[in-house]
Amino acid sequence: MNWLRRSSSEPLWKEEFSVRTADERYVTRRQLTKFLVLTSFGMFVGNLWILVRSMLSKAPSYPQQTVARLGEIPVGGVKLFTYPTKDDHCILVRTSENEHVSYSQKCTHLSCAVYYSQEDNRLECPCHKGFFSVADGSVLQGPPSRPLPKIILESRGGELVAVDIKTS
Amino acid sequence: MTVPTNIDLPPKTRGLTAIAGAMSLIAVLLIVQIWLLSAALESFLAGKHHTALPAAIFSGLMFLVCFGLYLFVDRVDADVRHSDEDRQR
Repeated sequence: MNWLRRSSSEPLWKEEFSVRTADERYVTRRQLTKFLVLTSFGMFVGNLWILVRSMLSKAPSYPQQTVARLGEIPVGGVKLFTYPTKDDHCILVRTSENEHVSYSQKCTHLSCAVYYSQEDNRLECPCHKGFFSVADGSVLQGPPSRPLPKIILESRGGELVAVDIKTS
Repeated sequence: MTVPTNIDLPPKTRGLTAIAGAMSLIAVLLIVQIWLLSAALESFLAGKHHTALPAAIFSGLMFLVCFGLYLFVDRVDADVRHSDEDRQR
């Protein structure tokens, strides 16, 4: 541990509070370097924290919930519901006679509620004009960087049942 | 006419140049680390957990390089102080 030992014979306080400007420049730069390296260590710890959280997090399991009856909404129509909790608003769109798609209604940019535009056949966020594809929830235009979480639906006995959420 | 080399410069000037160079490298590495952390966090919040391990490894490597540069700065600083003390005697 030789590199941790101070080489100068002067006491520490004299080194750190030098009266000479030239010496103080050394101290200032050394302290700045220390601060930068400490910040670098902080960034590393942050990445480690994310790694630990990633390892500890389990795949969430979602409840099964009936969201609509088949034929309840017309082609091009929508229905709003909440899934998996009362605070998670979702939108169900009937895109064709036999096809329904459902997404989280929360825009991935700043969480405004998206709505379905039948004219353009896309999901639109009115806040910052973020547009999402109704086919897969991917971003078509605007500031959102991630697609909308998709609600996986299953047709059971004339009912549409939400069974899972897929985030890509 | 002879071109002055680095060895002809006063120890303090050489030391300052070396420290400034090392500090610049540390600053660049730190910026990359900040970007890496924000990208890893963004990815984690999006539910993609496979990016966390490579991000942590590269961040650790960059921290080690920064620490190595700090040791270099510390040594250069100590050498300059030594030479100053020798001249004062």
